[in-house]
Amino acid sequence: MGDASNLLVIIALLPFAGALVPGWMIRAGRNACATFTAIPTILALIMLGLLAPDVFAGEVIQAEFSWLPQLGLSASFFLDGLGLLFAGMILGVGLLIILYARFYLSGDDPMGQFYTYLLLFQGAMLGIVLSDNILLLLVFWELTSLSSFLLIGYWKHLPEGRQGARMALAVTGGGGLAMIGGMLILGNIVGSYNLTDILASSDLIKSSDWYLPALILILLGAFTKSAQFPFHFWLPHAMAAPTPVSAYLHSATMVKAGVFLMARMWPALAGTEAWFYIVATVGLITMVLGALIALFKDDLKALLAFSTVSHLGLLTMLLGFGTPAAAVAAVFHIINHLTFKAALFMTAGIVDHEAHTRDIKRLGGLARLMPITATIGTIAALSMAGIPLFNGFLSKEMMLEEASHTYWFENPWIVPALATVGALFSVAYSLRFIFHTFGGPVRDDYPHKPHDPPFGMYAAPALLVVLVVLIGVMPFLADSLVAVAASAVTGEVLDPHLKIWHGVTPALYMSIAAIGGGILFLLLHRPFDRAWLATPRPEAKIIFDWIVEKLAALARWVTETTHNGAISRYVAIFTVASVALGFAAYSGGGLGPETRELLPIPPLVAVGWFLLVAGVGAVVAFHRTRFRALVVLSIIGLMISAGFVYLSAPDLALTQISVETVTIMLLLLALHFIPKETPKESGALLRMRDGLIAAVAGLGTGALAFAFMLRDVDTISGFHLDNSYEGGGGSNVVNVILVDFRGYDTYGEIIVLGIAGLIIYALMTALLNGPAGRKLRNTDFSRDLSRDRHPLMMVVATRVMMPIAVMVGIYIFLRGHNYPGGGFVAGLVIAIALLMQYMASGFAWTQMRQRIQYHAMIGFGVVIAGLTGAGAWLAGKPFLTSAYGYIHRPPIEEFEWATALFFDLGVFLTVLGAVMLMLYSLSRIARYAGQQVNLEPMDYDPADRVKKREGSE
Amino acid sequence: MELVVASAIGVLTAGGVYLVLRLRAFPVILGLSLLSYAVNVFIFSSGQLAVNLPPILQKYGEASYTDPLPQALVLTAIVISFGMTAVLVMIAIGAFLDSGTDRVNVSRDNSDPEDPVK
Repeated sequence: MGDASNLLVIIALLPFAGALVPGWMIRAGRNACATFTAIPTILALIMLGLLAPDVFAGEVIQAEFSWLPQLGLSASFFLDGLGLLFAGMILGVGLLIILYARFYLSGDDPMGQFYTYLLLFQGAMLGIVLSDNILLLLVFWELTSLSSFLLIGYWKHLPEGRQGARMALAVTGGGGLAMIGGMLILGNIVGSYNLTDILASSDLIKSSDWYLPALILILLGAFTKSAQFPFHFWLPHAMAAPTPVSAYLHSATMVKAGVFLMARMWPALAGTEAWFYIVATVGLITMVLGALIALFKDDLKALLAFSTVSHLGLLTMLLGFGTPAAAVAAVFHIINHLTFKAALFMTAGIVDHEAHTRDIKRLGGLARLMPITATIGTIAALSMAGIPLFNGFLSKEMMLEEASHTYWFENPWIVPALATVGALFSVAYSLRFIFHTFGGPVRDDYPHKPHDPPFGMYAAPALLVVLVVLIGVMPFLADSLVAVAASAVTGEVLDPHLKIWHGVTPALYMSIAAIGGGILFLLLHRPFDRAWLATPRPEAKIIFDWIVEKLAALARWVTETTHNGAISRYVAIFTVASVALGFAAYSGGGLGPETRELLPIPPLVAVGWFLLVAGVGAVVAFHRTRFRALVVLSIIGLMISAGFVYLSAPDLALTQISVETVTIMLLLLALHFIPKETPKESGALLRMRDGLIAAVAGLGTGALAFAFMLRDVDTISGFHLDNSYEGGGGSNVVNVILVDFRGYDTYGEIIVLGIAGLIIYALMTALLNGPAGRKLRNTDFSRDLSRDRHPLMMVVATRVMMPIAVMVGIYIFLRGHNYPGGGFVAGLVIAIALLMQYMASGFAWTQMRQRIQYHAMIGFGVVIAGLTGAGAWLAGKPFLTSAYGYIHRPPIEEFEWATALFFDLGVFLTVLGAVMLMLYSLSRIARYAGQQVNLEPMDYDPADRVKKREGSE
Repeated sequence: MELVVASAIGVLTAGGVYLVLRLRAFPVILGLSLLSYAVNVFIFSSGQLAVNLPPILQKYGEASYTDPLPQALVLTAIVISFGMTAVLVMIAIGAFLDSGTDRVNVSRDNSDPEDPVK
């Protein structure tokens, strides 16, 4: 990859990197902030300039990084003529906007935020025009929708701003969704998501059955973005944004993205009938309709907005024609529209800024008060009208020329006639902009006395109108740029020569008709305006709001009916649906033959089974008396542990039995604070329904398990058995899987457990500080308390057992790698040892002797496990690769060390910390509930109590 | 033997589902415990049942082993399900202390009168 490729990538990334800066620099003042926003843009522009000569020489600069190759997504960029044109526009106008915004934004507006959004948007736009991968392009496409949402809604205090931003996001985001579908189809047809490949497979795409769906979906994206009929309505509402945003988004960038996309996809998609009739027709309608509405808008920015809609329609129509000459006209008009429209938006902003109104009916006569602004605005508007010697005239002539020989369903008149009408309206609204704003007598009722702004504010539009005139007078200046961009659009080498005088052609007559008609229209504006206001028209915003409201109502209705708060009902539906799905799968595929023999059932197992089944029955039958149900539940847990022992799973048995102990303790503690009995609420019918569901679910699951156990399946377990000793250095394969083969899973699991512990702690803290805490303080639990809270026998016994239990824990921990045991079990065993102290000697007494915070223990555990895993990187191995060796030092038996041991230590600490934190949280409730705290191991002397009671009586 | 395990799974599931469908928090927690037993045993049984063949490698001779992978999966599942049970218990206590009832279902009539959804 050469220097040029590197430059290209830097250009694409610079705005994003730069977006981090304004937020900081605003502290150094507004000028510093604007300057530092301009720097990345200027740098990118310079680099683009360095690459430009190569592009003009016909080269295509490419840079590629694979990102998600499995999906066909690569971070690849390329720069050809079209990309160069758009990148130059985005960066160049971006720079002018940064300058303009510095003077436009008032002191109350958060400028750092504005510039951050602006650079984000700039980066997203650059990404679109430089992407060489359509999936990457989609990513940037969505980014423009999001960042433009932020920009349009920048004035958060204005409801119009928020509504406009929301509407723009809904429409362009919706179109983006359609486009994702279209692009995926396109990539599927070609077999590659690389734009270069797609552009080269034009025939394949056009002959595919999926061509039309792909085309329509992609065009939906382009039309919504470029505000084409019937999606044009969002653009005028987006005018609630600050004017720099309007000037940037709606002259050079965002709305041109759709046009860019059609130009980009031109070689792959254009040239078919479907393309012509969809694209050219939509463009034509949009052009005429936009121009017509613009004529009757009183808000300067609304007028410009609809004019933009109209000009975008013009561009769309030209691209829809599908001929190289039309493509040249489109590219040229993109440049021209950019120059005059950005200047016009900025002029409108200046007028608004100075006169404090944009209402054309309250303006007029500004030419005398602000001559510089008036000159700039007039030149730009004349160009928009298509008056000779300004650049707008040239491309409009080319458009009319193309339209003049275009047939629409074999009708030679309809396209030229409508194009002329569009041009006519365009002349009319442009002249109206000039005469009704700047012309006429000076008034004395402006909301604010206007005068010309400081140089910095009109510098940007002034520069743009200089370009307007330069290109208008000497069109050959734009020759090479138009040539290289148009060649990139069509995929063939074009060498157009742009001229002012084309001779006496149909286009000339059409132009003259348009200008004459436009002047006539302006003169008759007053009666027309009255007629326009009197005619009822569909108001897009009302329709849009209606649709949104109905959709929201539908969503609410669906949510309310399905999620009515009856959680039991959800569970019932879920269970029934699962069983039904299982049954459908069974009846669809059937079962293979049985391949395994049944194992015999020894009598002892039968006893265990009976205990388990009876236990379940008892829990269900006695679940109303909660304490009894809990005791029976522990029997079930014990039977399952025994089952694990019998079925060759010693690790599981150890874990199950210790977890069982902790769970029962937890539930016992919890039962102290909630009712001891469950009232009988559900009727017989409901119970029968639930019983039926439960029976069916049980039967299904049992049958599934039974069928599963009778058949052999391919497993990957052989690999683990073979490699456990040599790869992981342990002979207990279960433990090696936990700490080595699937160490990542285990790492995630201990983090989950740690988080569960912290959640419980946080819940408890929130609860105790809320109203529940006050309620607890006033609850009297004393009736339930045992008279002998810390019995002597138990205290002494647990004190003796503590070191033994800890030793057993350490032993289980150390042997874990080779024999049943390990971090999980050891953590639980030690937790039980500690819990015994809590139970026997009381909470406060134990707490006083505890040195390490449980939170810290969870943290240490996760960190130790993580560091152990990361240590493998030092040895150049992947995360969590373990190393091991053996130490042999008599009289101690041969002893193995393995880095997995440290990982297991992390597991151990996390499990211990989490379990203890959970129970500690529960005991905090007890303290809150006003229970006495004992500081002595045995706080209660029965003799004392008896004496006290006698004394008090 | 397979029949024993399968029927145990079925009974545990049935009991669990029935209790989960109850209207109060505590039976639901009991039911979830039963369901986690059932699920754990089910996953464990997917490695085929074996008697006296622990997944501990023997140094001498060709030995056959039970399937270690489901065991490893179930081991962490047991611990995690304990964590989840603990969180649920805590939520149940919190809900009871806050609202004075341990009903599972949200009653529409008691919801906030200023609720905009209504």
